[in-house]
Amino acid sequence: MKGEYLKIEHVCKTFGRGEARSEVLRDISLEVARGEYIAIIGHSGCGKSTLLNIVAGLTEASSGYVFLEGREVAEPGPDRAVVFQNHSLLPWLTVYDNVKLAVDKVFAGRKTSPERHEWTLRNLELVHMTHALKKRPGEISGGMKQRVGIARALAMSPKVLLLDEPFGALDALTRAHLQEEVMKIHAELGNTVMMITHDVDEAVLLSDRIVMMTNGPAAHIGEIHRVELPRPRNRLELLADANYIAARGAVLEFLHKKSHYVEAA
Amino acid sequence: MLGLLGVVWQVLCSSPTASLPPPTKVLADTHELITQPFYDNGGNDKGLFWHLLASLKRVALGYTLAATMGIALGVLIGSSKWAMRALDPLFQVLRTIPPLAWLPLSLAAFRDGQPSAIFVIFITAIWPIIINTAVGIRNIPQDYRNVARVLRLNGAEFFTTIMLPAAAPYIFTGLRIGIGLSWLAIVAAEMLIGGVGIGFFIWDAWNSSLISDIILALVYVGVIGFLLDRVVAFAGKLIGRGTVNV
Repeated sequence: MKGEYLKIEHVCKTFGRGEARSEVLRDISLEVARGEYIAIIGHSGCGKSTLLNIVAGLTEASSGYVFLEGREVAEPGPDRAVVFQNHSLLPWLTVYDNVKLAVDKVFAGRKTSPERHEWTLRNLELVHMTHALKKRPGEISGGMKQRVGIARALAMSPKVLLLDEPFGALDALTRAHLQEEVMKIHAELGNTVMMITHDVDEAVLLSDRIVMMTNGPAAHIGEIHRVELPRPRNRLELLADANYIAARGAVLEFLHKKSHYVEAA
Repeated sequence: MLGLLGVVWQVLCSSPTASLPPPTKVLADTHELITQPFYDNGGNDKGLFWHLLASLKRVALGYTLAATMGIALGVLIGSSKWAMRALDPLFQVLRTIPPLAWLPLSLAAFRDGQPSAIFVIFITAIWPIIINTAVGIRNIPQDYRNVARVLRLNGAEFFTTIMLPAAAPYIFTGLRIGIGLSWLAIVAAEMLIGGVGIGFFIWDAWNSSLISDIILALVYVGVIGFLLDRVVAFAGKLIGRGTVNV
C-alpha cells in the first residue's frame, strides 16, 4: 500500500451536553490507501454511521481530524460521494435527472453539455440502469433505486466512495447481485471505498480490510482484519477457501465475543 | 340524492305560508337570469355572468398577491429559525382575525371599495399559504438536505431543485385552503362594498325580496367555489410532478 490517502485521526464524537451527554465514538484513527476497499462492521447503534458521516462531512467531529490527500476535510463535498442507506433519490426527478443533477453541479465548467450527458449515461450504464432513464424513483424497485444511488455517487468521480449500509434494505438475492456489480465497478475504476455494513459475508467478500468496531457507547476500533483473498473473487468458490473461512471466523468471533469484552474492560 | 332533496324542498315550501319558494317557483322566477347571463343595462343592472366575472377578477388579483407573498414568507419562516421566532407569533394572532374585520380598516386606508375588497381577499388567503409552506419547508427530509450538501448546491439551486419540489404538497394544501377562503371572503366583502359582484347581487336581491334570485346565486357561488378548488388541485398535480397526492 502506498501511503495514506484518507486519514482519520483521533476522531471523537459526543452528542448533547450535560446530563444527556453521550459519547458515541472514542479516539478513532484509521488510514486508508488509495484504491483500498474498507468495510466497517459492528453491531447496530455502535456509531459506524456516525463515523461515515464525519468522513462525509455531514456530521462534525467533536475532536480529531479527517484528512484526504493531506488536506483536512470539514464540510461535505462531491470528492466524498455518499451512497445513502435509503438511496435518497429525489422523487420528483427521473432516474436520468437524478444523476444529471450531480453531474451538472460537479462538472459545471469542466465538461461541455454533451459531455455531461455522455458521462451521466456512462455511469448509469455501469449499474445497468439505462433502460429506465425516464422513470421516477417511485416507479422502480428498491434494488434499482440503490443502483441509481450508486451511479449518482460514481458520477461525481469521488476520491472516496462512502457506502452507508448500501444493501441493507434489499432482499438477499438483489443484494448478492449488487455486491457483484460493486466488485466489478471497483475492479474497473479502482475507487477508494469505505463501506458500512453489518453483514459479515458482505464485508469479507468485498473488502481488503475489515474494521471491527466495539459496541457503543464510546465505540472504538476493536480489531482490523486484512482479507487475504485474490481478486476477482467468486462467492461460490470462496465458500471452501481457507482464508475466507478464517476471515469470516475472525469477524464473527469478534462480533459475538470480543466486542463485549472490550466494552466490559 | 339531489332529486330526493328537491322533492323534500318542494313539499316543505309548497304551502302558501312558506317563507321560502319551492324549486319550481325558483326556476320560474329566475328563468330570465339563467337564460340571459350576459345582459348589461348599465350601472349595476347586469347579468349574472358579469357579477361572477367581477368577483373572480377580484379573487384572482388578491389571491395571486397572497400566493406570491405567502410562499415567500413561508419559505422565510420555514428556513430561518430566527424569522420563525420573530414572525410566527404575530402570524398566529393575525390569522385569527375574521376577514370582514379587516374591511373597515382597509376602506379607511384605501378610500375605495375595489382595492379594499382585494386586500380582504389577500389577507384572508395568505395565512394558510404561509403556514403550510413553512411546515413543508421544515419537513424537508434530512436525506435531501444531505444530498444537497454533498453536491454543494448553493442557495438558489437548493431552492429550485430541492426546496420547492419537496414542499410542493404542503404548499398546494395551503393554496387550496387559501382559494376556498378567498371565495368565502369575497362574497361577504362585496355585500358591504357594493358595485358589481356576486356578493352585491345577493344583497341587492335580498333588499328587493327576490328570494329566488338569491337561491340561484348561491348555486352559482357553490359551483364556482368547487371549480376553483379543483383548478388549484389540478395545478398542484401538474406542478408537483408526482409528489402531490390529490
